[in-house]
Amino acid sequence: MTPNLHLWLIPVLPLIGAAINGLLGRRFSRQAVAGVALAFCGAAFAMALAVTIQFSSLPLPYTETLAHWIRAGAFHADFAFYLDQLSLVMLLVVTGVGFLIHIYAVDYMWEEGGFYRFFSYLNLFMFFMLTLILASNYLLMFIGWEGVGLASYLLIGFWFTKDSAASAGKKAFIVNRIGDFGFLIALFLLIKHFGSLDFEQVFRLVRPLSPEIAGAGLLTTVGLLLLVGACGKSAQIPLYVWLPDAMEGPTPVSALIHAATMVTAGVYMIARSHVIFERAPMALTAVAIIGTLTALIAATIGICQTDIKKVLAYSTISQLGYMFMACGVAAFSAAIFHLMTHAFFKGLLFLAAGSVIHALGGEQDMRNMGGLRHKIPWTFWTMTAATFAIAGIPPFAGFFSKDAILFQAFISPHGSWVYWAIGVFTAFLTSFYMFRLWFLTFFGECRGAESSGNDQHSQTGGSVPHGHGAVHESPKVMLVPLVILAVLSVCGGWVGSERFDRFLAPVFHLGQAQSMLDDKPSPPMPATPEPKSEGASETVFTLISVSAAAFGLLLAWLLYLRRPQLPQEIAHALGGFYQAVLNKYYVDELYAILFVKPLVDGSTKILWHGIDQGVIDATVDNGADAARQVSDSVRHMQSGNLRSYAGWIALGAGVVIAYMIWVGAR
Amino acid sequence: MVPLSYYLVLSGILFTCGVTGFLIKRNIITIFMSIELMLNGVNLSFVAFAAQWHTLSGQVFVFFVMVVAAAEAAVGLAIIIAVYRTCETLNVDQINLLKL
Repeated sequence: MTPNLHLWLIPVLPLIGAAINGLLGRRFSRQAVAGVALAFCGAAFAMALAVTIQFSSLPLPYTETLAHWIRAGAFHADFAFYLDQLSLVMLLVVTGVGFLIHIYAVDYMWEEGGFYRFFSYLNLFMFFMLTLILASNYLLMFIGWEGVGLASYLLIGFWFTKDSAASAGKKAFIVNRIGDFGFLIALFLLIKHFGSLDFEQVFRLVRPLSPEIAGAGLLTTVGLLLLVGACGKSAQIPLYVWLPDAMEGPTPVSALIHAATMVTAGVYMIARSHVIFERAPMALTAVAIIGTLTALIAATIGICQTDIKKVLAYSTISQLGYMFMACGVAAFSAAIFHLMTHAFFKGLLFLAAGSVIHALGGEQDMRNMGGLRHKIPWTFWTMTAATFAIAGIPPFAGFFSKDAILFQAFISPHGSWVYWAIGVFTAFLTSFYMFRLWFLTFFGECRGAESSGNDQHSQTGGSVPHGHGAVHESPKVMLVPLVILAVLSVCGGWVGSERFDRFLAPVFHLGQAQSMLDDKPSPPMPATPEPKSEGASETVFTLISVSAAAFGLLLAWLLYLRRPQLPQEIAHALGGFYQAVLNKYYVDELYAILFVKPLVDGSTKILWHGIDQGVIDATVDNGADAARQVSDSVRHMQSGNLRSYAGWIALGAGVVIAYMIWVGAR
Repeated sequence: MVPLSYYLVLSGILFTCGVTGFLIKRNIITIFMSIELMLNGVNLSFVAFAAQWHTLSGQVFVFFVMVVAAAEAAVGLAIIIAVYRTCETLNVDQINLLKL
């Protein structure tokens, strides 16, 4: 009776677009390239919408096997797709936001070389991301997981002639490899102990197991390894260093991959594996600690950044930290809720930042901005919506999700007031640096040389999208996605965390309900014990987090609008600490000393000079030298002189005869 | 009855003449003739032994050798003519077309 949804078409459609543009796009006009990319991406979005319409009548979870892939004994992994409430949310976010960003990118990238290449990569990314989301087993998910890493690498290094962009792409790829290593080992462990990678089969086998409270066991190991993978992909401590550098890519890429979708794959993966994590409390605690620390540290770094995209990058890391914190306190639906709203407002922030950069002809330094409020009003108003949303000010989307996370962090059985306190402080920091960005960009005086020197800028800047005159608003094609995302940033949270939680309940509370069956007869929200009695304190929590956000706003207003010289003085007063924060706590330098330098030195001295040149090359070279010397001396036999040949033959015959005589005489 | 050793010595002398001629002569025709000399030196020892031990196989071998020698002479002389037409010389020291 199950209707065939043809789920496989959703990822495959962008793949076709990528293939067409990648293989033939060089000969297409820009209009045709954009048309192909938008058509296939839009088709995927339309299919996702069609699935949503049928969703309520589907038997869930819905699986669809396209083809057999690996069959080895009892183990098998298929090209199979899996749809439940969780993947539906991700599906809509990825296709929807992805489609909007595709539209935006058409105009943003219009003047760039390699237009077809860009859209081919972008569609390729959509393919892998949708594979990741819809996969019904860990192996297919891993394909998508690696694929988005590849697309991310290609797109970060899109301007590959720029050295910094090329190395940023490499950095992202290599750091992600570390995480993937953990993910892969987790998969091996799952195969070894459960003989399957299929979500349903693994979870069916895991569900009867009791939580590993006493000590670390298999599930804790698997959970921690999955966490390593998620840390790489979602830019958490200690593997977050690649994300700020990834801002070298074009802005739509930052919006799509490094804010809205790919970096949330780690959160999705942990939420998907919630059955494992719920039975591994230590792994959960690790997730929560890493998330909390990341949220805090990235937020502090974000305060001191001056590049508008770098601020947003650190803010992304920080918000991902929130999602990890929520996962870590087993509030998975809150994490996914924040993931969704974050996709809206952070995608919008990046697109708006791109619009600002576009308006200023390539300027990214906030110190050279200011007073843009009236010059680019649409960008200003959409960015305002996003800024209020991320700061967590009601009734914008970010308020609801962040509030849900903070509340859960305190109230959940896995939670603690420490998470909550750090979370609130981070909310204050978030509000502060976002409003700092907002004030610096849109208010005050025009700083820098933008009004007079803007013409120069546009002519000298190599990768500037347009030839610019004065500061100007972006074209409509770019504004439409901004406005749609702004509406979503405002309204996206109105669904409310409880209704969202109820929607996702079949995914997240099924396993829990079974394991807690003896405690409670399937409560509606088992993650929050006695939710009703906490109603009053929830209001208190909300008030606290909102006032933290408001305090951040006020402080930013005071420092960057009212008294613009004050930040300098504070920076002076803080001295060394300010320098440390400004230099991102020297983490990159530390990693360079601890890992990169020993690795490079070891490779250079031992592997390259020692083994490769000393042993392998030397063996081959000396062998060849010896052969040449021997043949050099022997080749004179081959004189071409008939009589010398006859002589050699006679000599040889003489030797043979002598030998035979000697043998006979013996 | 001539003793066997006489034949063998004569055979050895003929063969040595052939080898020496082959090594030191420069004219292809002469070298060719030296080869015939070596062949006939060997033939002589064959028939000498055949007569000594009263077996026919030695004689038969000689016939084979003569047939081969005749064929070789025909082919060889044809080659020599072709070489002469190409190189306009029969001096082996100057014929080094196969040399790299």
